[in-house]
Amino acid sequence: MATLEIRNLHVSVEAENGPREILKGVDLTIKQGETHAVMGPNGSGKSTLAYSLAGHPKYTVTGGTVTLDGEDVLEMSVDERARAGVFLAMQYPVEVPGVSVSNFLRTSATAIRGEAPKLRTWVKEVKSAMEQLQMDPAFAERNVNEGFSGGEKKRHEILQLELLKPKIAILDETDSGLDVDALRQVSEGVNRVRETGEVGTLLITHYTRILRYIKPDFVHVFSEGRIVESGGAELADKLENEGYEAYSTKGGASA
Amino acid sequence: MAEAQNIPAGSTTAGSIAVAAESTVATRMSAPPSFDVADFPVPHGREEEWRFTPLARLRGLHDGTAVASGEGVKVEIEAPEGVTVETVGRDDERLGKAGKPVDRVAAQAYSSFEKASVVTVAKEAVLTEPIRIAVHGQGGVAFGHQVIELGAFAEAVVVIDHTGDAVLAANVDYVLGDGAKLTVVSVQDWDEKAVHVAQHNALVGRDASFKSVIVTFGGDVVRIHPRVSYAAPGGEAELFGLYFTDAGQHQEHRLLVDHNTPHCKSNVAYKGALQGQDAHAVWIGDVLIQAAAEGTDTYELNRNLVLTDGARVDSVPNLEIETGEIAGAGHASATGRFDDEQLFYLMSRGIPQGEARRLVVRGFFAELVQQIGLPDVQERLLAKIEAELEASV
Repeated sequence: MATLEIRNLHVSVEAENGPREILKGVDLTIKQGETHAVMGPNGSGKSTLAYSLAGHPKYTVTGGTVTLDGEDVLEMSVDERARAGVFLAMQYPVEVPGVSVSNFLRTSATAIRGEAPKLRTWVKEVKSAMEQLQMDPAFAERNVNEGFSGGEKKRHEILQLELLKPKIAILDETDSGLDVDALRQVSEGVNRVRETGEVGTLLITHYTRILRYIKPDFVHVFSEGRIVESGGAELADKLENEGYEAYSTKGGASA
Repeated sequence: MAEAQNIPAGSTTAGSIAVAAESTVATRMSAPPSFDVADFPVPHGREEEWRFTPLARLRGLHDGTAVASGEGVKVEIEAPEGVTVETVGRDDERLGKAGKPVDRVAAQAYSSFEKASVVTVAKEAVLTEPIRIAVHGQGGVAFGHQVIELGAFAEAVVVIDHTGDAVLAANVDYVLGDGAKLTVVSVQDWDEKAVHVAQHNALVGRDASFKSVIVTFGGDVVRIHPRVSYAAPGGEAELFGLYFTDAGQHQEHRLLVDHNTPHCKSNVAYKGALQGQDAHAVWIGDVLIQAAAEGTDTYELNRNLVLTDGARVDSVPNLEIETGEIAGAGHASATGRFDDEQLFYLMSRGIPQGEARRLVVRGFFAELVQQIGLPDVQERLLAKIEAELEASV
């Protein structure tokens, strides 16, 4: 069973006046089949955790370890992490001019699966995944994220999640900027993947709204670069009622 | 996370649509067109038509100090049946019919060449094989002139390959008879020190179709100036271009479509990728619709993909319309960059770095390459693009 273990993770970014530490010792273990929600105020370092796990070059790991089934994730390049089974659904997916969605999906599936998917089954697979996410077939011929609405970008991220079938899925504020219908469709997509029992999910969110659709097994409160409280789904209800004030030692997190 | 930055530093994209009596196309030129180099002052770099060009790297083509060395370029022409290939002297009356030189270097080439090649495709001859012209640089200075003339209803494909090392200034005339169809592919695959400045003049006959594909990969400075005018109504011109500008290279494509006749069409599409320090691409697209040219339909497009920091693009579309009675006129220019965020996005989906770059560049050029319509040329271009990318990654 796949397990992602994050131990005492420290991460810095380069700021104008030298490196600034954002993650200050994160401990978290995510097993296949589990769903962990990480919640916290803006600037608490939630997204930094997501991008550090995916290997974004902007973030420097200064301490701690991340392993996937014992393999050192931090030693891997960005593409190696993806091929090892780590997937990041981004909050702000990037436009890639000149590359169609269909070409992108197929290239990526080929890289992840280690061989090109058979054309006939692949076309069906993509078509049915797009239908379930209420995506127009014409979407496949558009350039990746170019001119997509906020909802289209998120659907496209979840489409990739469904097709690439990672061991660990990190969803970075997938709910932000979605109306209720889009939120429901996107959540259903995530749930289809979760129901296979083969993915460990790290759901990063600012709001409890998405947790009505995606039920977490564990909820972690993130503040000032570390997890300050962990519990079950009931912790989300407490956050819904009381907000994050109780966790902010300095009366509002910085940056 | 930072949003993707789409406009690279060092890129300019200017455009204008003029609907005025005064011709901006004409005022771009510092002297009227002429066959005589003496009619053009030596440029200093501030002139509109020279302001993007590094004159110091032209090896004297612009100021009269470049002198033909006798071992400039070797020209070999391979032509199928139905084609006449001649080498002629300066006084041959078929030379210069498609247009006059419009700048000092083109006039220098016209004033300095000794022998010209004239390739004639007979009336109604439909060639099944391309005419191949190999221009191979021998390391010296050369001035050239070529004429490709198609009789009425003739159809031909001409592939011109430029390789080796040379300092070359040339004029090429394309004269299309009524109903003729000509496709010309000019590939600039020079060695890294080569300098190549050329003016291409096409005169498109009644109901004739001209397609020009300019492909520039190599050389230190390459400046190509394709120009089209129409001898009679009903003509069509498609001007396609593809360039891959590497570190230190200057690649300049300047185009003019002169809609001087009613009911003609033109479609211009140039795409370029740039990579490396001081890679510099310039695209000037001038389209002039004269008062008499009612029913004109024209569109021009330039797209640039900047792959690394340190590259620069100047893209200037210019559409000048002197009549309102046209079918359509438009232009578009955009420069985007392939940046670290795009690379991260593709790699985070398991795609290795080199493949991510290839994916983006292939995708960028694919649509244009498909429009060339010559499978063997298309294959070769894609392979060459791959090789350019391999060299860089």
